[in-house]
Amino acid sequence: MNIDIVIGILNIVLISTTPLVFAGIGELVTEKSGVLNLGLEGLMLVGAVTGFITLVLTGNYFYSLFFSIISGVILSGIFAFLVLNLMTNQIATGLALTIFGIGLSAMLGKKFSGTPIEGLNPYYFIVISFLLVFMVSYFLSKTKSGLIVRAVGEDHNSAYALGYNVIKTRYMTIIFGGVMSSLAGFYISICYAPMWQEGMTAGRGWIALALVVFATWKPWRLLVGAYIFGGVAIMQMNLQAIGVKLPGQFFNMMPYLATIIVLVFISSNKLRLKLSAPASLNMPFEKNQ
Amino acid sequence: MIRKILTIISFFTIISVSALHADQKKIGFIYIGPPGDHGWTYMHDQGRIYMENALGDTISTTFIENVPENADAVRAIRKLAASGHDLIFTTSFNYMDQTLEVAEEFPDVKFEHATGFKRMDNVSTYSARFYEGRTIIGHIAGKMTKTNTIGYIVSFPIPEVIRGINAFYLAAAKVNPDVKIKIIWNYSWYDPGKEADAANTLINQGADIIVQHTDSYAPCQAAEKAGVLAFGQASNQEAFCPNAHMTSIEDIWGPYYAAKAQAVVDGTWGSEDTWQGFKDGMVEMSPYNTKLLPLDLILEAKNMETAIENGTLHSFEGPIYNQAGELVVKEGEVADDGMLAGMMFYVQGIDGEVPQ
Repeated sequence: MNIDIVIGILNIVLISTTPLVFAGIGELVTEKSGVLNLGLEGLMLVGAVTGFITLVLTGNYFYSLFFSIISGVILSGIFAFLVLNLMTNQIATGLALTIFGIGLSAMLGKKFSGTPIEGLNPYYFIVISFLLVFMVSYFLSKTKSGLIVRAVGEDHNSAYALGYNVIKTRYMTIIFGGVMSSLAGFYISICYAPMWQEGMTAGRGWIALALVVFATWKPWRLLVGAYIFGGVAIMQMNLQAIGVKLPGQFFNMMPYLATIIVLVFISSNKLRLKLSAPASLNMPFEKNQ
Repeated sequence: MIRKILTIISFFTIISVSALHADQKKIGFIYIGPPGDHGWTYMHDQGRIYMENALGDTISTTFIENVPENADAVRAIRKLAASGHDLIFTTSFNYMDQTLEVAEEFPDVKFEHATGFKRMDNVSTYSARFYEGRTIIGHIAGKMTKTNTIGYIVSFPIPEVIRGINAFYLAAAKVNPDVKIKIIWNYSWYDPGKEADAANTLINQGADIIVQHTDSYAPCQAAEKAGVLAFGQASNQEAFCPNAHMTSIEDIWGPYYAAKAQAVVDGTWGSEDTWQGFKDGMVEMSPYNTKLLPLDLILEAKNMETAIENGTLHSFEGPIYNQAGELVVKEGEVADDGMLAGMMFYVQGIDGEVPQ
């Protein structure tokens, strides 16, 4: 195997893993503040279709990116309003967001499906994804705001008693997560596979969710985990192509299997603290307690 | 998970589609993907639209898209059967047992299962001889490859797919004995990102022609980007990859759907097995790309189409050996439909094993 092939493989791994990093790092921040957003898949699809439609209509990548991000802000804003102000169940609301996003993106994209576009170079976004992981890691461990986010996620009542604005903090983290998901969607429909087809994210939102647990809420581990998931997927393709017989179905379920194993570890309480799962995750916060 | 959710949504959408007239026959479709995939499901939907135009007010149609090939399919099919549909097309191989299960419960409803082989009094099967198209593209690929390496992206190890690989390889090896095919099983019909990854992986390993048996046009697009050649799948994909797309094998379902719907309207519908190819127009080749293919090769391809139509050429002409070196089709004979329908082995010359 010569060096060109190795570089080629790395190239494909980088291109295919980046959407997982974007969506995963956004969800990580959201969950760190104690909110579980299961709407990633829907957010990604709407981000993908919004970016695609804008590009077809204007031919401008900047507008395309901008409106894609705006779609993430709006949808995750709605989610935040529902779970934070109306205190709806986070799991149900997140699932509803996914279902809504799948339907909405299919409806919006109907006319545009099958329009050929010129794809954007993915390499800028690959670099940005690494920078983002670095920034989020720094933010959560070294900055005051980052520590507030974590405090809110660990024990929102104490954080509230200390005078931190729990609701506002969570609004910010949810919207950050939403923007990252829509960015992942934009990347998929504009860079990765430049097209719009219904349901084209094909479950990557769920893998990103699994990834956050797999990474035990640590940004660098998330990056490593994403590249393990992505790398294994591409490696098995390479092995298949050179004629090695592999159980392909097994590789399809590997991300979920790995996550379940991590979950089993986490659910023993002693480890849980070490593994840094936010203690208030998925718990509703009421101000006047 | 996502598939489940999609199914739930589709249940809601079908209710709105069907507008009722008293003596109209209601015809339902179960789709594996979205009609906008510009591949497999797209062509079935084109067939549905053709049928609607042909029969006008005597029928109304409904479809449920994104139905997974598991127990959810039973619910989707039953939903159509229970809501008064007279004829239901289930358009993917792995709806086979689900279709039969519902057909037993609703003996008065007629079912048409695509690409399957199990029939009942109220269940017909139909399929297109896509492999005839694979013979043409195999011939072209054998002549056009410079690296003698062809990348082949496939979905699931079922006879239809394996038959395609064999037909392709036999035709390619006939004109170019050095040709090698590299196969990647994606275990999904539709995931544009993964299909692009597979195409890029194959190109990286030296393939200069990409063939697909999956449903999106991502592989053709990846080929275009990498500057190699490709064949489209199910529908004409030239618009998405004009400098890579040599031709596509198109599935033409419209006339068949219209005929079966007419039979239900007339009350003459009966259970049967239909398997048609070039001859009956169920399989067609997209216009050959004159920018990429030399004129004499295009003529050869067209002559092959004619030869297959009038029976002088068959995709599986003996002698054919399996990988173990056993003679499976004797010299001077052609593979019969029974062998083709259950084909689960690679012919000699293909590397690797058929996944179980």
